[in-house]
Amino acid sequence: MEKIGVFICTSCNIGDRLDIADLEAAANEQGCAYCASMSFLCGKEGVEAIKKAIQENELDSVVICACSSRVNYDVFDFGKEIPVVRVSLREEVVWTRWPKLEEGQEMPEDESQIEFAEGVSFKDELMALAKDYVRMGVVKAQKIAPPEPYKLEGEICKRILVMGGGVTGLTAALEVAKAGYEALLVEKENELGGFVAKMKKQLEPNHPYKNLVEPVVNKLIEDVQANDKIQVVTGATVEKIAGAPGAFKVTYNAGGSEETVDIGAIVVATGWKPYDASKLEEPYGYGKYPDVVTNIQFEEMLAKGELKRPSDGSPVKSVAFIQCAGQRDENHLPYCSGVCCLASLKQAKLLREMDSEAKAYIFYKDMRTMGIYENFYLALQDDPGVFLTKAEFKGLSQADDGRLVVEVGETLLGEDMAVPVDLVVLATGMVPTTADDPVIPLEYRQGPGFPELELFSGYADSNYICFPYETRRTGIYAAGCVHQPMATAQAMEDAAGAALKAIQCLKAVELGHAVHPRTWDFAYPEFNFKRCTQCKRCTEECPFGALDDDPEGTPMPNPTRCRRCGTCFGACPERVINFKDYNIDMGSSMLKACEMPEPEYGQYRVVAFICENDALPALDMAAYHRKNIPMSLRIIPVRCLGAVNVAWIRDAMSGGWDGVLMLGCKFGENYQCHFIKGSELANRRMENVAETLQQLALEPERVVIKTVSIDEYEELPKLLQEFQEALEAAGESPFKGW
Amino acid sequence: MSKILVVGGGISGVTAAVEAAEMEYDVVLIEKEPFLGGRVNQLRYYFPKLCPPTCGLEINYRRIKENPRIDFYTMATVKDIQGGPGNYKVTVEIAPRYVNENCTCCGECEKVCQGEREDTFNFGLSKTKAIYLSHEHAFPARYVLDKSALADGDLERIKEACKYNAIDPDMQPQTITLEVGAIIWATGWKPYDATKLDNLKYGQPGFENVITNMQMERLAAPNGPTGGKILRPSDQQVPQTIAFVQCAGSRDENHLPYCSYICCLASLKHSIYFAEQNPEGKVYFFYIDIRTPGRYEKFLNRAKEEANIEFIKGKVADIQQADNGDLIVVAEDTLSGKKIQKQVNMVVLATGMQPSLAGEEIPQVLEMDENGFVIPSEAKGMYACGCARLPLDVMSSNETATAAALKAIQTLVRG
Repeated sequence: MEKIGVFICTSCNIGDRLDIADLEAAANEQGCAYCASMSFLCGKEGVEAIKKAIQENELDSVVICACSSRVNYDVFDFGKEIPVVRVSLREEVVWTRWPKLEEGQEMPEDESQIEFAEGVSFKDELMALAKDYVRMGVVKAQKIAPPEPYKLEGEICKRILVMGGGVTGLTAALEVAKAGYEALLVEKENELGGFVAKMKKQLEPNHPYKNLVEPVVNKLIEDVQANDKIQVVTGATVEKIAGAPGAFKVTYNAGGSEETVDIGAIVVATGWKPYDASKLEEPYGYGKYPDVVTNIQFEEMLAKGELKRPSDGSPVKSVAFIQCAGQRDENHLPYCSGVCCLASLKQAKLLREMDSEAKAYIFYKDMRTMGIYENFYLALQDDPGVFLTKAEFKGLSQADDGRLVVEVGETLLGEDMAVPVDLVVLATGMVPTTADDPVIPLEYRQGPGFPELELFSGYADSNYICFPYETRRTGIYAAGCVHQPMATAQAMEDAAGAALKAIQCLKAVELGHAVHPRTWDFAYPEFNFKRCTQCKRCTEECPFGALDDDPEGTPMPNPTRCRRCGTCFGACPERVINFKDYNIDMGSSMLKACEMPEPEYGQYRVVAFICENDALPALDMAAYHRKNIPMSLRIIPVRCLGAVNVAWIRDAMSGGWDGVLMLGCKFGENYQCHFIKGSELANRRMENVAETLQQLALEPERVVIKTVSIDEYEELPKLLQEFQEALEAAGESPFKGW
Repeated sequence: MSKILVVGGGISGVTAAVEAAEMEYDVVLIEKEPFLGGRVNQLRYYFPKLCPPTCGLEINYRRIKENPRIDFYTMATVKDIQGGPGNYKVTVEIAPRYVNENCTCCGECEKVCQGEREDTFNFGLSKTKAIYLSHEHAFPARYVLDKSALADGDLERIKEACKYNAIDPDMQPQTITLEVGAIIWATGWKPYDATKLDNLKYGQPGFENVITNMQMERLAAPNGPTGGKILRPSDQQVPQTIAFVQCAGSRDENHLPYCSYICCLASLKHSIYFAEQNPEGKVYFFYIDIRTPGRYEKFLNRAKEEANIEFIKGKVADIQQADNGDLIVVAEDTLSGKKIQKQVNMVVLATGMQPSLAGEEIPQVLEMDENGFVIPSEAKGMYACGCARLPLDVMSSNETATAAALKAIQTLVRG
């Protein structure tokens, strides 16, 4: 920007501790067009004064030198065309930099009387810090431009592809249609309805959650078929998904003929398949005894109304249900499928309804009728024909009369039991369709499927508790039992949630901003391909697979897949990727704008690139507790730690900075980075940093990466202090004064 | 175009509001407390990742901050609802905060204030000043004054200390009428009143070391009453043994007939907190069934690995006093059939969740079940999500919140 107005607030201790005239001078030297200071800048008068100054001086941007950007966000808003840069003099300067006082010593009025280093007062250093902050603010404003939303070329397709025609998929298609959007539902079987269609009855998916009802799926199928916004293709598989949100090209194959259609966003509702029971011969006797069946097979028997033993066709008068067969078991499925307890309870009830003489035994590890489903469990407990006990399965054998004898131990009766029954039902678990198949045949350079689902035992789940629909493929959302193990009621709700995310993604494409988590962000990475060397780091490192290759092998960005994390920006060795409001020049110039002290004065200069979602708020909270952080530290917030380019680190080190600290989110299995890989990639890039340091003959401890959670405001100052001490041990940078 | 009202500004309500607003619908979000974020603010970590709730709230607050389509009111409650889907008129009362928008959160008022109030955020385990923020991540970042807790001369002192003329003791309750097309109830839950569980002795004299799971959460939180140290209330000593009493009030026809969904996982999480601080510490875990559904099974395994837990299948019948503030937990081990007694330093009751609306007067148009959970109605354009709807964990709550946002939008689309 060119005509920059700088407004310095003197309240909240800023005016008490800083010489405002010196700050104004620093802003003017840096080339602002207008500079003013006043108390209570966020008050009505302050804001009016800013508006007036913008108008009178035709300012095109403002720098607010006051509090953290996380507060008074709504107050300092002068319209989209006036970029606002916030300089946190309050949280990052006057509320977090304190002289070391003796115990009981009062904070002196005049900080220039306190010695900081030889010949340098505390006040001098505090002012040097504040001036650096003001200069960085002005420079930042000079180097940015108002973001322009990205608009897709051509028309945005607003039709939603729903993959899978079970309860979840049918519901998703209906929910999309009810919101006014079109849906294309593709089901691989010839019939709609999925597993629920094969049920005799199901648990009611609404209050009071204790009765059995006709499967809801029949009504759903009717509604879907009657809805003119929904097109259904059965017996079809999706073979290719190319393109990007708002402009996917989806190819499906129906009965041998391929068709390619335009699609806006996708709901994956491909569900689950039963765990392969043939792996359960030992110890459960599946395959060994014909009268050992799975819960799926038993459901079919119930639906047909034929309760006959597979071995000899004689009537089934007693059934033992073995819960968790091949589940909660490291050798099979390590997880719990969440619904099998309910399914067995239901099947026991159906058995009893069909034959009041029949007996059911349910042997469970833990009865998991979560939440409101306790109602159903309670309703069944009164039936004397259903015997329920916690038990450890011990073995299965065949009696002389051909019946099976189930042996269990550790029961609630306090003794081992051997129960002869006509039929044994194994409550086998569910395996998500994504466990061993990509399911979404993406024509992306990073390949088909959602990456790294092994973190979620194969489910197409989100790593974020707060954001259950987050996936690593923008515009593609999973719902139902491919998402998480769940019962029908939850699957229907989940379908509605995923449907919303799908149409919401199209809204973001239309408006030209990012989807979650940076939904407010209209900037996007722009590539200067003239200088691109086709190294492909951006393409490979993007956590969301946003980049493909063009026919010449040059990276081809798909901005509607992009989440604006800046990982590509951080990855690019040629520095050709930039955002309107976040670019290489901005960071480098901010570093340069800071004044380097003369060598050998004991004044250190450290730059910290910190994640703006977690580390920055943690620092703010440290400020609210008036914690002390090292005076040397100048903070530059970044989109994500992945959005730190090594060029910045090189500039800092060769520019005389004593150290660079990178503060980002925790990585590893329970990663907290909102962009999946940002902090992890930054850590990996430390190899390049080490090389740079070696070239400059600098100590490796000068550049350090640390992870911190948003709530670690107590630890953060300690961590910063430790870094400071490590630098002091290494001594000042030899590049100072060059 | 018609608006959507979201009642309740906890994680579910905030999620419903931002999800709908990001579809370009106007949303009004109201919260009865002075701050958004609700119950999850009080948690140190979420299971199973053991990550802080403020991390996701920070993103959601930013989504609110940056989205002009969301208006939110704190200290606001619904008083009346008239009309029908598409054109509800909702009367909302906004209680006085006594601190106006001039507040910069500088904290000078808090320094000079002498009067104190019970810290409800910490479930009474500490006190705050009469003028306070519930915690440092409080949003909106604006103080609130509890006039009833002021000491003599406080008002003059805090007014004097405030350089921004933000203290307004004459502020009056305000009533506003909102015209909305659909309503999402995200009123959440409250911990079941543990004093009703006579045999578990909570709140009874001599039983200070019987605490609830939410109090445990505050003890473990760095911004809690003990700075994050798990200390037992009677003598602030580090406990060596803790008993967790599962289903304290849940799955009990005399209290809450349903399962509260999160308590097993919460107690396992607490066992990990305890093990972190006291690796030698021993946990006795009294349960009916251990309910860690789906992928949470991994969390059960993690807790078993990291904490020294003895699982005892049995319902606790009684808690008795022992020497030095210790407690004796009496239960029947349902596997051995034997009555067992364990002496411990501290007892944590895994009290269940009760919908916030249970026992409250609610607008006639709203339908709820016998336990106080809201029954949603597409016909009425009334939806519910999170724990106002069913006992749920955070992830499922947010699934229902996202779904409710869509349902509300559909009501407006139908017109």
